[in-house]
Amino acid sequence: MSDTEKPAPIEKVSIVISKGSLDGVYPGLIMANGARAEGIEVNLFFTFFGLDAIHKKRAEHIKAATVGNPGMHMATVVGALPGMSAIATHMMEKKMTALDIPSVPEFIEFISDTGAGIYGCQLAADMFGFTKDDFVEQVQDIITVGEFYEMAAGGQIIFT
Amino acid sequence: MSTMTIAGNDIELNDEGFLVDPNQWTEEVAVELAKENDIDPLTDQHWQVINFMRKEYFEKGTGPTVRVLGKVSGVSVKELYQLFPKGPAKIAAKIAGIPKPRGCI
Repeated sequence: MSDTEKPAPIEKVSIVISKGSLDGVYPGLIMANGARAEGIEVNLFFTFFGLDAIHKKRAEHIKAATVGNPGMHMATVVGALPGMSAIATHMMEKKMTALDIPSVPEFIEFISDTGAGIYGCQLAADMFGFTKDDFVEQVQDIITVGEFYEMAAGGQIIFT
Repeated sequence: MSTMTIAGNDIELNDEGFLVDPNQWTEEVAVELAKENDIDPLTDQHWQVINFMRKEYFEKGTGPTVRVLGKVSGVSVKELYQLFPKGPAKIAAKIAGIPKPRGCI
């Protein structure tokens, strides 16, 4: 490629969300939404604790981690106090609402409306004893890792 | 930077194909830019979004993101993506002759 030639634009991404904390879930959602805004094809794949983000009952209760999270700038013993995670989550949610960042369930619905595919991981669902009925209606299917790679063919994979 | 000629007028475009000067925009320009972005013809619903984009831009100095469009343009997010499959805010801004909206949500 010469210096003046522009690289080919990204046309497809598959984003894996593997964590169930606030800071584990949002970056993947924001990247998925941003990709759709650019007209990029998107598949979202939720695995392990990330499944909480698409779980009917748990999606509304995604919390910020106050222990083992140096980014919080909070001593571990303080972060471990009862209610600390709820307070931190509440503070963050306030800031996010001010920036018009949707709640997790609303964001999933929005991203689904933009035409992104939303999938859960079969093995993780088996591990936690979840079935498709436990997940929000936007979840198209529960798929294996092999099916994920088939779906991701021809695009980039982002693991979060 | 490139130039397109519509009805005898030279319209300046930036590297991404957005109008350099939103005041150079006319409905003919919109039709031509839509064709270049594989949208032909422009339906009433396309125009509803395009006119909303221009209104927002001139009122607020920036075009709306998809989220804002879905909330206030009167066109749902699903429909927006049917109208502008390659990205509603981005492509509608291009056709509306305004700069690409900035914003992560």
